[in-house]
Amino acid sequence: MKTIRQFLYLEWNAFKRSPTFETNLAIKILMGFVALYFIAVFLALGVGVFFIAKDVGAEDPLVWVNKFMIYYLAADLFMRYSMQKMPITRIKQLLLTPLHKNQIIRFSLLKTSFSFFNIIHLFFLIPFSVVLIAHDYSIFGVLSWFLGVFMLILSSNYLNVFVNSSDKTFYIAAAIYVILGLSQYLEYFDITIYTAPFFNELFEHLYFLIFPMGLMFFMRLRAVRFFTNHMFLDTGLSQKEESVRNIDFDFLKRLGSLGNLLTNDMRMILRNKRPKQAVIAGIAFLFYGLLFYTGSIEAYESPMMKMFAGIFVTGGFLFMFGSYVPSWDSAYYPLLMTQNLSYKEYLKSKWALVVFAVILSTIISSFYLFISLEAFGYILAGGFFNLGLNAYLVIFSGAFVKVPVDLTSGKKPFGDSQAMNAKTMLLSLPKILFPVGVYALGYYTVGNWFGITLLILLSLLGLLFHNKILDALVKLYNREKYDTLASYTKN
Amino acid sequence: MIQAVDLSKKYGGNTVLNIEELNIPKGECFGLVGNNGAGKTTLFNLILDLIRPSSGYVLSKETRVDQSEAWKSFTTAYIDESFIIGYLTPEEYFNFLGNLRGISAARVEEELTPFKALFGDEVLGQKKYIRDLSKGNQKKVGVVAAFLGAPELVILDEPFANLDPTTQIRLKNYLKEVHLNGATTLLISSHDLTHITEVCERIVALNKGVVVKDLKTSEETLKELETYFSV
Repeated sequence: MKTIRQFLYLEWNAFKRSPTFETNLAIKILMGFVALYFIAVFLALGVGVFFIAKDVGAEDPLVWVNKFMIYYLAADLFMRYSMQKMPITRIKQLLLTPLHKNQIIRFSLLKTSFSFFNIIHLFFLIPFSVVLIAHDYSIFGVLSWFLGVFMLILSSNYLNVFVNSSDKTFYIAAAIYVILGLSQYLEYFDITIYTAPFFNELFEHLYFLIFPMGLMFFMRLRAVRFFTNHMFLDTGLSQKEESVRNIDFDFLKRLGSLGNLLTNDMRMILRNKRPKQAVIAGIAFLFYGLLFYTGSIEAYESPMMKMFAGIFVTGGFLFMFGSYVPSWDSAYYPLLMTQNLSYKEYLKSKWALVVFAVILSTIISSFYLFISLEAFGYILAGGFFNLGLNAYLVIFSGAFVKVPVDLTSGKKPFGDSQAMNAKTMLLSLPKILFPVGVYALGYYTVGNWFGITLLILLSLLGLLFHNKILDALVKLYNREKYDTLASYTKN
Repeated sequence: MIQAVDLSKKYGGNTVLNIEELNIPKGECFGLVGNNGAGKTTLFNLILDLIRPSSGYVLSKETRVDQSEAWKSFTTAYIDESFIIGYLTPEEYFNFLGNLRGISAARVEEELTPFKALFGDEVLGQKKYIRDLSKGNQKKVGVVAAFLGAPELVILDEPFANLDPTTQIRLKNYLKEVHLNGATTLLISSHDLTHITEVCERIVALNKGVVVKDLKTSEETLKELETYFSV
């Protein structure tokens, strides 16, 4: 009992004093809203899914939900893998204290059970179960189904503890997930035919609970064993040493000192988890436009929404990576600030990197021409705007972000200042809303192509004043330099 | 080379550094000692324009460091781990800095030759990222990098800490050698009074941000410092 209290004391202080909470009140409130938003979405889904199922003509809403349950669980595992933080971090300090190793492990696992990633599902499962019971489903059946599904979610929780360190598993699982989803969509192969009966059985027969329960205990056992084996400094608690991957960027060498800085940025991106994720997200955004330009979703039909997509298709990397300039260099910012390197050269290299990504994205996006000329028009306008104005704007707002980025960690809990920085999100809004506004101005006065031309002209203006803008940015960065350095070295 | 004029740094109401005047002539090997919180790193950070002075300013070659970036072309430093780039191999790191300082890869290689012994066989040609090296080896990389490109001013914060005895002695000898050449001004802080009195020709002791001793190194300096700090 006493040990539990002490564990809780540690956790409470860790929570209270985490960098997220040391930021200002406005951001705290915003983070609260984000959490509330997700709770609201799950809650709405929980209450509404019964009626949605009826609406689309499903005979038995529970059976309908069970059909998709496998995807629900897979998506959960996917989210967990990319975002849930493992409790390894604070174990090291406890190893030398007079605590039994089992206690440390038990507490660490218990802690993961209370993670946001588990609790959030209750907001879906409980209301849905209540609605089911209200519609004369057997109480015991629903209860058994609810417990079964929740045990599966906890199984995922424990599974994540010991597969978390393997990237390969993740990519293979993600690939299988996508392939299964696609083949179902194309009516080629439907996995739910084989999985849905399992969830139905949970409702029909109480004894079926044995399976999820068994799985949960098995996963927990594996997690405990994983911890036990990894409680030594040279196994689980230390960082894995990677072998050096060397790609020569000879073509960059010709660019002189700019090439030197770009080479370093390329290495930074390729050798660290977080920036690599930003690149992957950037690539994913290339296909974001498909939702908008193929007419598959009705709500996305308006020209404003299409312009919005145009900004994103070419600006994925710009937003995911550019928004954190100069935070990517936070670990060695004092070094850069004392080298024979002017602020202008430094900012120019960042600008060049972002611009290069925008141009590349725009070229790749030319496949949208197969969809329609109009679609590519939006993308071209978005690309121009990203190139001519947003590239400066991300650097501009970067001067205010001042959140150090831990390059090596790829997994941070939801709401951690690094995984989702509310400030960065806020600063991103004008970069999207402004061009959409300009387009709207052109669209409503003359027409679509005028809106697009307007955006392109505006962007050329940005490029025309390249040097002036850069000088203004240098001045800003010089003014913010000390504060930035202070916030980077604080942690 | 370096002049501090009416320099002070306050955090809240707490004065951590207060130096009316400090002149460090060109080519001097300047040693800084003092207990934790004496203001050694603060002084170095002010000279490197990494923090803003509460009053006064620092002149580097007659130019204020907070008003011009000119000092960056002749100054190098190793203060702490934030001066190394973890995801690079030592070779890439040296070349990156070498390029910034305008020297070729071949020149970098040449300038590294005297440090081969210092590195042992654990640093160069290891195909390892700096973040995977031991703390001591990381420090070696950072300190050595500060000497690339013939800088005129080198600032090292506790270069001996974390190094093994052999490396400490080798580094000491190297620093003496650099000093003898006379082209480089060295600013070194250390908790090891023996090392610093051996290397530096002038020792300044700080206590709570104030200069309490300013000695030209002689036979008695070590004794005098030991007496001062043994209180």
